[in-house]
Amino acid sequence: MSKLDSKIPEGHISQKWTDYKDHLKLVAPNNRPKIDIIVVGTGLAGSSAAASLGEMGYNVKAFCFQDSPRRAHSIAAQGGINAAKNYQNDGDSIFRLFYDTIKGGDYRAREANVHRLAEVSGNIIDQCVAQGVPFAREYGGLLDNRSFGGTQVQRTFYAAGQTGQQLLLGAYSALSRQIGLGRVKMYNRHEMLDIVKIDGKARGIIARNLVTGEIERHAAHAVVIASGGYGNVYFLSTNAMGSNVTAAWKIHKQGAFFANPCYVQIHPTCIPVHGTNQAKLTLMSESLRNSGRIWVPKKKEDAEAVRAGKLNPAEIAEDDRDYYLERKYPSFGNLAPRDISSRAAKEVCDEGRGIESNDTNEGVFLDFSSEIQNKGKQAAYAKGNHNPTPEEITALGKQWLKEKYGNLFTMYQKITDENPYETPMKIYPAVHYTMGGVWVDYNLQSSIPGCFVTGEANFSDHGANRLGASALMQGLADGYFVLPYTISNYLADEIRTGKISTDAPEFNEAETRVKELIATFIGNNGVKSVDYFHKKLGLIMWNKVGMGRNEKGLNEAIAELAELKAEFNKDVYVPGSADELNPQLEKALRVADLIELGQLMAMDALQRNESCGGHFREEYQDAEGETLRDDKNFSFVSAWEHKGENINDEVLHKEELKYEFIKIAARNYK
Amino acid sequence: MASKYINVNLKVWRQKNANTKGKMETYKLDTVSTDSSFLEMMDQLNEQLINERQEPIAFDHDCREGICGMCSLYINGRAHGPDNAVTTCQLHMRKFDDGATIYIEPWRSKAFPVIKDLVVDRSAFDRIQQAGGFVSVNTSGNTIDANATPIPKADADKAFEAAACIGCGACVASCKNSSAMLFVGAKVSQYALLPQGKVEATNRVLNMVRQMEEEGFGNCTNTGACEVECPKGISLENIARMNREFMKAMITAE
Ligand code: SF4
Ligand code: FES
Repeated sequence: MSKLDSKIPEGHISQKWTDYKDHLKLVAPNNRPKIDIIVVGTGLAGSSAAASLGEMGYNVKAFCFQDSPRRAHSIAAQGGINAAKNYQNDGDSIFRLFYDTIKGGDYRAREANVHRLAEVSGNIIDQCVAQGVPFAREYGGLLDNRSFGGTQVQRTFYAAGQTGQQLLLGAYSALSRQIGLGRVKMYNRHEMLDIVKIDGKARGIIARNLVTGEIERHAAHAVVIASGGYGNVYFLSTNAMGSNVTAAWKIHKQGAFFANPCYVQIHPTCIPVHGTNQAKLTLMSESLRNSGRIWVPKKKEDAEAVRAGKLNPAEIAEDDRDYYLERKYPSFGNLAPRDISSRAAKEVCDEGRGIESNDTNEGVFLDFSSEIQNKGKQAAYAKGNHNPTPEEITALGKQWLKEKYGNLFTMYQKITDENPYETPMKIYPAVHYTMGGVWVDYNLQSSIPGCFVTGEANFSDHGANRLGASALMQGLADGYFVLPYTISNYLADEIRTGKISTDAPEFNEAETRVKELIATFIGNNGVKSVDYFHKKLGLIMWNKVGMGRNEKGLNEAIAELAELKAEFNKDVYVPGSADELNPQLEKALRVADLIELGQLMAMDALQRNESCGGHFREEYQDAEGETLRDDKNFSFVSAWEHKGENINDEVLHKEELKYEFIKIAARNYK
Repeated sequence: MASKYINVNLKVWRQKNANTKGKMETYKLDTVSTDSSFLEMMDQLNEQLINERQEPIAFDHDCREGICGMCSLYINGRAHGPDNAVTTCQLHMRKFDDGATIYIEPWRSKAFPVIKDLVVDRSAFDRIQQAGGFVSVNTSGNTIDANATPIPKADADKAFEAAACIGCGACVASCKNSSAMLFVGAKVSQYALLPQGKVEATNRVLNMVRQMEEEGFGNCTNTGACEVECPKGISLENIARMNREFMKAMITAE
């Protein structure tokens, strides 16, 4: 166990963080300007960290590959952010948010981390409001809330369907203020390509200036990786095109353990795939499940007729519809957690009842017609009209939908050319979020001293499945309220270190590694584009390391990925040169890392002989097709240690998960 | 979704880097699905160029769902192309006819220099934000409770509408004066409408406007082209509100 010290403090769960914080070492204000910190990534986790550290007086350098820190993919989060404020007086509390998150994660997350997350959740909302984040409000001027999957309370704060945007712009404004004050130096269009370690500690990074191609050395006393998740290993996902695993993977190769890579969240409500030239998938916020009912036809013939365009779904009688989530999970219904809802959709499509006319027929309906009736009636009554005509009801119901979800409906219509007010939406699960990530201890420090990892890039808070509206919460909790304390504790021992020089031989070595890698790609003179390989990678991952996994498929995937890697190295063609803006080169460097990560994901999925959360091993299910966890043998975090170029040499370490405060139980949403 | 395929002629701005002159090049691209997004069509073109061992076209993009503000093409003389209220990444090929000729250019503005092909440098927007687009509140666990200050729903909603700006720069690209007033007006308005933003209102508007002028954006002559092309429906009202804020600030600053 010595290699995996989670550093969880002693004490009662509700006191751990408070007591721990009170005893952390501090860096005095006059010493902070002597300390340099690098932050890689400017999404919620990175921007909030960089801004907060700048405010404290540290010297911060922040990096993003986009043209502005405001573009980071947190911006695309639609639905909301959870916080245990109990403004709705529905019995919410820190404990309940903690409990829901642990249960939602299928008992595969660390209690202490999750409790801390729930504790600071309220502060996040206060902080964001103080920054001028325009959350949705009620007529009385107070903040509005909605519910999300996997909970029975209303604790989700939101800003229409653009909550991530508003929170990120809030963090970006705080970051911008520090940039303006000269406390954060911002490097846009820069990509971290390696980490530099001196005497075992993280001391800097090698970054490529994406405009000039220049390879730069940046030194610091600590490095924070906030580079997001690795969903793009599937090629098609809801991630942004540039989202990648490179920063996380490079530190893994230099000694940071990678935890639970097989835990991937497949989001149940995305727009189905339309064709082979498709580059990405679009999410329809889970909040729509508050109002929409999910169904497929009961009869295969009806599904076929719908696909062929011969049957209008509205004409299918109530009795011939299968509202399968309501049927299987009556108490949570359409708000069942994401992993469960996704699998249920796959199941009905595997039975031949999918309704989308694409290559795979994969799609289910998300139907708003009942809600139009309900809300239309309510709205009529509220206006004093107690005898509304059906037309009036429908018009008012649509009006209500428009106010609540207008932007999402418009987005859907732009993409699909279908009008969701008139005909049910078609949705299907797509890769959305990765719970796995770099292993960190309670301080968010990786197994490389001085290298901290925050937000989606780490593994820490969501176990095997993340609940909706919890990603934004975690990103901001890490950056605003956790890291500033824990990193200071580490840096307290660095105040006498002095400036780190980029002339150290370790910088040379790292820079050479990067330059050689780039040179191989540019000089490769292969025959196939990077995308060709990326698509191939995506297919292997989706088919064999996707929503349903089994031993045979995983072994095949491992073999196929090894072949793919060899083929990629031999045949990839990267046009252009290294000393200019070269998007193909950027992509090649990212895909190389994604392929290796894919191999580790398959290995991790293979060793985990159980089903939990987003990891569904077909061999481990009960008679009703629900996941079968094996708490006796698999109640641990898998943390992989890199051992040289052959991925099969990676060593698995196990961090045992102890549940002291929550009784571990089967996860039941029925 | 019933797919159809079309063939298109593309006239694309190619420019090696900031220091060389660019020109329009012509490409033919066949069997483009009408369900493809405009950028998926660009991917397809790049794939074709790579297979012919020509250099692919550089363009900015990231989220591909109309929210990050990174995509930025000037298509057939319109910022973000012929559809209304969408970004380039949300524009679909069903908006084009079979055999259509499509002109694709970068944003053109002195304040947005071309980096390569269709990629421009919009860091001027970041610097305007750094000049005053924030509330000076440090991170702490001790700010007042989020519900301590009720905000009228109408104000909150308007602030949100202004805050929905994605910083894409289409307003600048479509303005004959290259004015950034819609972008700056939206930011100023967001804070002006909220109690949290009022304390620093004077300095904010003065500093942001000064920075905007230093960056070389032109003046606003109320042509309204920006509002028409803005993918997020940011209203001209925000420019008016900024002007009022500015006048107020000038008076109090003196
Ligand atoms: S105001 Fe509209 S056009 Fe201008 S940057 Fe914002 S979103 Fe883009
Ligand atoms: S790529 Fe993000 S808005 Fe178009």
